[in-house]
Amino acid sequence: MIDSSLTELAAALAGRQISSVELTRQALARIAAQKDLNAFITVDEAGALKAAQSADERLARSEGGPLVGIPLAHKDVFCTEGLATTCGSRMLANFVSPYDAQVVSLLRAAGAVCVGKTNMDEFAMGSSNENSYFGPVKNPWDPGRIPGGSSGGSAVAVAAGMVPIATGTDTGGSIRQPASLCGVTGIKPTYGVVSRYGMVAYASSLDQGGAFARSAQDCALLLSAMAGFDPRDSTSLDRAAEDYSRDLDQPLTGLRIGLPKEFFAEGLATDVRAALDGALAEYRRLGATLIEVSLPNARLAIPAYYVIAPAEASSNLSRFDGVRYGHRAAEYGDLQDMYRRSRAEGFGAEVKRRILIGTYVLSHGYYDAYYIQAQKLRRLIAQDFAAALNECDVIAGPVSPTTAWRIGEKSDDPVQMYLSDIYTIAVNLAGLPGLSLPAGAGADGLPVGLQLIGNYFAEARLLNVAHQFQLATDWHRRRPPVV
Amino acid sequence: MSLTPEVVRHVAKLAHIAMDADEEKATRDKLEGIFALIEAMQAVDTTGVEPMSHPQDIAQRLRPDVVSEPDRRDAYQSVAPQTADGLYLVPRVIE
Repeated sequence: MIDSSLTELAAALAGRQISSVELTRQALARIAAQKDLNAFITVDEAGALKAAQSADERLARSEGGPLVGIPLAHKDVFCTEGLATTCGSRMLANFVSPYDAQVVSLLRAAGAVCVGKTNMDEFAMGSSNENSYFGPVKNPWDPGRIPGGSSGGSAVAVAAGMVPIATGTDTGGSIRQPASLCGVTGIKPTYGVVSRYGMVAYASSLDQGGAFARSAQDCALLLSAMAGFDPRDSTSLDRAAEDYSRDLDQPLTGLRIGLPKEFFAEGLATDVRAALDGALAEYRRLGATLIEVSLPNARLAIPAYYVIAPAEASSNLSRFDGVRYGHRAAEYGDLQDMYRRSRAEGFGAEVKRRILIGTYVLSHGYYDAYYIQAQKLRRLIAQDFAAALNECDVIAGPVSPTTAWRIGEKSDDPVQMYLSDIYTIAVNLAGLPGLSLPAGAGADGLPVGLQLIGNYFAEARLLNVAHQFQLATDWHRRRPPVV
Repeated sequence: MSLTPEVVRHVAKLAHIAMDADEEKATRDKLEGIFALIEAMQAVDTTGVEPMSHPQDIAQRLRPDVVSEPDRRDAYQSVAPQTADGLYLVPRVIE
């Protein structure tokens, strides 16, 4: 039952063919059986069963929407009152938040049953989920391989059938890339659509919450419940609530899909390219027209990102000083020494590197040359997308240059790791919505995702374009061998 | 660019992160590679381009200056490493 779509699960729950408690027990059993994948940092069995009981009471009164009684997992970057929120870091290993993130409150109110918190790269910094204090997450398609990051635990929890839906965050590709490498559907909405309140900050001008599910249809239901204006997030956009499922059934006849020539060039693995070509041929059969577009400044996205994100991170992470919350060193001399040792012990190597890069580029004499220059490149990148989206309705391209790589393959080489996000980062810099859907398999049978990028607030359109593909194909129904 | 050991030490000090000599060297090697990647952006002429900090170019919202949150000091201090009488404790700063 747990492998059914959200629509089917909601119908079964409403028709009393299954209770939320039974469904939640199935989710908890799957999580326990696949513990080796290390997808969860915290499993909240007691809390989940209690929430499932309340959901069953709501269902008995025929109350609520499509998420009532549905088991869900939150990326451990979202604060949950009374339940550990670690952000994958030793710094917050014992942190229990005194309040809920807005996303957590909204999904609780919608009746979803939180079964636990998923593993992630420390403070969402990483592309392989190897940077977690709680150990790497393993890809269910091949446990010797990485699941992608930073929301690797959420992608694996959905891919391995532990939960039908999970939340994630995407600062430079952290929803789309693990979705692609694990064979699930993931959407990062327009910057400002999902509240950042209670979402531990990494790079505030780029961080955006989003959804993982096994289909675009299910992503639409989850996103509709988590999006919306929140006055407590200073960059939240004051817009009316949306039903992201509204356009799912629109035919794709006449759809113009733009293919950035820079994305189908050197650096893209031939097996990924072949899988994407197959998916694009399917779109042509569905009535779409494929046209070439250009994003000439896309190559600057990685340098610009690795200035802006570390700069904002160095500022955001200055709050971890061992005074109000988080790790404090056991031994220290004066106050400065306490800060220095607490942070040295609490942060992992990649987090320290990004804090140092950020501190450097923001330091006296370098601010204009680095931070301001990167923000100018950001505008050039956004202008490229605007020009391309004048010629087409959606942009399609790869998510990741390769399929999932082996654990350890790039973990000692940050530059190689950074380059793996070449197709996702520009979307965050422009603040556009992006989606990854399972679109084929690589030479080794591993999943390949297709990225769809839309104009600002085009989430419903992206989900429509993905849903129509999923009606005609079964890539999204394939399950990894462990399930 | 070349990051001297002195620069790495200075930045680590500004960032309040303690580092021993081995860690400093390993960090410097990695940072040099990362800055080589970043430097690619210096070749671009951005004269006249307005820096972009928010995709919609919106300004920060303001709210009326009134109390909007309840007092939850006990809950917030329950996660602090060390408190006493409602205060956060740190090593003595002034003798």
